[in-house]
Amino acid sequence: MNDRIRRLVIEHARLAIAPADLHDDSDLYACGMTSHASVTLMLAVEEDLDLEFPDRLLTREVFSSIASIATAADGLRAVAGP
Amino acid sequence: MRHTLTTPRPGGAGVGFRIGLDVASVDDVRAALQRWGDRYLSRVYTAAEIEDCRRDEGLAAERLAARFAAKEAVVKVLRPRRDDPLPWTAIAVHRVAEGAPEARLSGAAAQLAQRDGVQSVEISLTHEGAIAAAVALATFADPTGGAA
Repeated sequence: MNDRIRRLVIEHARLAIAPADLHDDSDLYACGMTSHASVTLMLAVEEDLDLEFPDRLLTREVFSSIASIATAADGLRAVAGP
Repeated sequence: MRHTLTTPRPGGAGVGFRIGLDVASVDDVRAALQRWGDRYLSRVYTAAEIEDCRRDEGLAAERLAARFAAKEAVVKVLRPRRDDPLPWTAIAVHRVAEGAPEARLSGAAAQLAQRDGVQSVEISLTHEGAIAAAVALATFADPTGGAA
């Protein structure tokens, strides 16, 4: 999951750092992700994983790192089932 | 006559306030609109906001960008915690009499405002070329500006 999210982050978050310097727990906002880029990243994750983030997950925390996005997405997929 | 505004300091006198400022790229909004279409619109803007931005030739990206900047400026005065949910549609910009913009808070945004004792939120927005910007001013009866 993390690699999948990483690919989407690199494509949509428009970070100010090189992909090689991006770690799973890197703070995406500190790496240059704007609020608007977080919207497009969310839409990209939803499209790629065929899920929708409910309002309760629309927090700064969830979209702050690859790891936190992956955790939230895993949780949604687990609830949705196979 | 001397007019004084008091900044939010614990134990101070007067009206507390916070200000928030944000900018948004018109090109980024236009690109998102083209790439994500209605999904982008419905996750970020209310139906009334979308209608306000509609023009004969379609949606005006610079107006949407100004509204996005306004939402983020309001977020800055509401100061949500990292784990506070805050959907973008909970903060809406409406045009009232003579075109003045007004921030309308609902759901999670209204709850955050209530939590901190926000009395009012005023906004101003603008766009020029590729940049849209907005400023928000929140006032509090509590002169600490809800800092306690």
